[in-house]
Amino acid sequence: MIDLILTQTLNGLASASSLFLVASGLSIIFGVTRIVNFAHGSLYMLGAYLAWTLVSYLGPADTFGFWGGVLLAALLVGLAGVLIEVLILRRIYQAPELFQLLATFGVVLMLQDLALATWGPEDKLGPRAPGFKSFVILFDNRFPTYELFLIAVGPLVLGLLWFLFQKTRWGTLVRAATQDREMVGALGVNQRLLFTSVFAFGSMLAGLGGALQLPREAVNLHMDLAMISEAFVVVVVGGLGSVTGAYLAAVLIGILHAFGILIFPKITLVLVFLVMAVVLVVKPYGLMGRAPVGHARGHGPAEPLLLPADRLTKLAGLLALALLALTPIFAPDYLLSTLTELIIFALFAASLHFMMGPGGMASFGHAAYFGLGAYGAALAVKWLGAPMEPALVFAPFLAGIAGVVFGWFCVRLSGVYLAMLTLAFAQIAWATAFQWVELTGGDNGILGVWPSAWASSKTAYFYLTLGVCAVSIVALRLTIFSPLGYGLRAARDNPLRAEAIGLDVMRIQWVAFIVAAFAAGIAGALFAFSKGSVFPTYMAIPRSVDALLMVLLGGVQTVSGPIIGAFAYAGLSEQLMKATMYWRFGLGLSIVLLVILFPRGLVGGSLLLVERWCRRPEAAATARLAAEGGR
Amino acid sequence: MMLEITALDAYYGRAHILQGLSFSMSRGEVLALMGRNGAGKSTTMKAIMGLVPPAGGTVSFEDQRVDGREPFEIARMGIGYVPEDRRVFSELSVMENLSVAQRPPRADVPHWTPERLFALFPNLGRMRDRPGGAMSGGEQQMLTIARTLMGNPKLVLLDEPSEGLAPVIVEEMARTILALKGEGLSVLISEQNLHFAGNVADRAAIIEKGMIRFTGTMDELKANEAVRSQYLSV
Repeated sequence: MIDLILTQTLNGLASASSLFLVASGLSIIFGVTRIVNFAHGSLYMLGAYLAWTLVSYLGPADTFGFWGGVLLAALLVGLAGVLIEVLILRRIYQAPELFQLLATFGVVLMLQDLALATWGPEDKLGPRAPGFKSFVILFDNRFPTYELFLIAVGPLVLGLLWFLFQKTRWGTLVRAATQDREMVGALGVNQRLLFTSVFAFGSMLAGLGGALQLPREAVNLHMDLAMISEAFVVVVVGGLGSVTGAYLAAVLIGILHAFGILIFPKITLVLVFLVMAVVLVVKPYGLMGRAPVGHARGHGPAEPLLLPADRLTKLAGLLALALLALTPIFAPDYLLSTLTELIIFALFAASLHFMMGPGGMASFGHAAYFGLGAYGAALAVKWLGAPMEPALVFAPFLAGIAGVVFGWFCVRLSGVYLAMLTLAFAQIAWATAFQWVELTGGDNGILGVWPSAWASSKTAYFYLTLGVCAVSIVALRLTIFSPLGYGLRAARDNPLRAEAIGLDVMRIQWVAFIVAAFAAGIAGALFAFSKGSVFPTYMAIPRSVDALLMVLLGGVQTVSGPIIGAFAYAGLSEQLMKATMYWRFGLGLSIVLLVILFPRGLVGGSLLLVERWCRRPEAAATARLAAEGGR
Repeated sequence: MMLEITALDAYYGRAHILQGLSFSMSRGEVLALMGRNGAGKSTTMKAIMGLVPPAGGTVSFEDQRVDGREPFEIARMGIGYVPEDRRVFSELSVMENLSVAQRPPRADVPHWTPERLFALFPNLGRMRDRPGGAMSGGEQQMLTIARTLMGNPKLVLLDEPSEGLAPVIVEEMARTILALKGEGLSVLISEQNLHFAGNVADRAAIIEKGMIRFTGTMDELKANEAVRSQYLSV
């Protein structure tokens, strides 16, 4: 027993090293640039693929060939980091942080298709490392020497980073910029150069992490998202910006995995979640993190005021609704199904907008509640034999209960911490659906989730969807202009002042979180019955990003934005998918361009144009101010 | 001219803070920018430094335009900025704080090294390894000035240097400013305290609602009761 524990501990430590490399890079980049690099997992994947190519080219059996290939791969990834920083991020340092996150997700999509096009869909098996091909006998178990080498890499890199940050001028500048980058610039330091070098360095660490995995596991196209969600957990648990914290957390998560697989193979991710939850309750900013000082949201631009719909907007809404209600008269069935989906997505987007816009809480895992709604409906049908109507009623409650639990943790954090945590929760929900095969059917999903007889025709289901979604969206809108909505916006704009006038900020945000989850659950349940089946992908990261894109495309600080965004986005992605097999690349590129060109979204952007037209001098100031707000 | 500002416009948020502000400074001069809270003193300094991008007008430093440049370029040209809220790097030691701002020596202005600065601020020399966050307000204020001097500036912008400091430290601050003037530096201070300004400045420029309402020597200002009561008294 004791030897098993020791072996698993060693296993955990070995897997912690690469995780640490990626997470520390992520943390360092965030510290200085304030950008959460979603593409960091992709850089890790790129490191692994490049190492595979370089090592096979330079000679996998040769010591120089192997280690030269690994190091060269890390350097090349650093160079890729420079490209990403100079071409994309440099243009959006002033943009709201969500847009930055989104742009880096665009990079994720682009790199995914680039890797697919270059290396193909098959897994790539790497060679074993020269000099580390044998085993040692430890506690009666054979233990590969390469694992021992990896165990040493973690502390080695940690020491190296410590030296770099404490003893070199570059390190001093990085630490100073982490605290107050504007002041560093005012003291004559070229921030651009500093940012680029930091991004290159962090990317190199991720590339090295990937390259070192080569002898350990096959290189594949799923490494990126698997790594990034773990790295987020590590960074949140360790404390954003703390390299030592990242190491501790990586070791903790690594060991947890090693034992989890042994004891509860089905719920390793749930274990990770539990530990994260405990850590965050005890230390909200992670093991070694500190509450963010100095760069809390500045008293920059006030968000544009949301006003209840004027008569014209109401009329337009009614007209659109009437138009939609008339479509079944002339539209063929396939068009009706597409429209049904679009309407569901509009509700999904509106629910996310509710917590993001007025609530100021950006969720990167909103698909969890959509998916739980869908699974709630499917499980009720499959296990309880429920017909459609009660299933539709039951399903949102499952999503709402998840909102109660996850939200309780999330509202304790804000900004990017909150976004990362929501993502981690969504990954847990996804993993549960994926791993708990007995209940959910795993990857095969649940089939046969069909509407009741009266709603089984496309037309009837369309009307059902239209009715439920329209009522839900209007209800969300009314909530924005209710006392809860006012409190929510007060809490977003200035939590301290809101508390000072007696608002229970956390409670208000918690309620909003639950409402958003519930509404997303309604959308999910409707979606399940329209498709007739549910799959774990309903809860996967891309679905969450879909929702974010719809909201951001429309503009976060407009009430009608998400609805227009949903239609625009769904149209765009469908066209792309039809046009090319590399649609991810096209979508990623569109996201990046969108963020660079329309940092206020479509509706927000056109409102700004109108405003500029009407009140030139003042509007120009607003634009400047918006630019300033990001600093 | 060391510094020449003409018709400067700047916004903070939607608020139009600087509304066609103009004044100039000659080499070796200490100019006090005076006015009530919210008159636009800090914004003027930030606009000179490029931290608040000017919306109109020009800023020239030694006959070169600096408006539209980035803060780090402006700093490298020889303008040093000491913000009112100090902004020391609290997790960096005194020595590290100084090293962040270090620039190569510049012709015809003093070349500052940590040792020379410790002669000017003996307190700092005794706490070289102390983190900035563990220093008193007065010590932090001295550190911020020392840090800015590490860039060997020709012109120093001091935003409210006497604010919130104990009387003893305020006196030390006045001596420091006169010492900088003695080294041949030009200094622009923003100040609400007439007494303090009178001790250190050669001239005063009074700002109100984003415009300069009065310029003159300190003696002229002291003699002009009308201006003082209109723009300075609370």
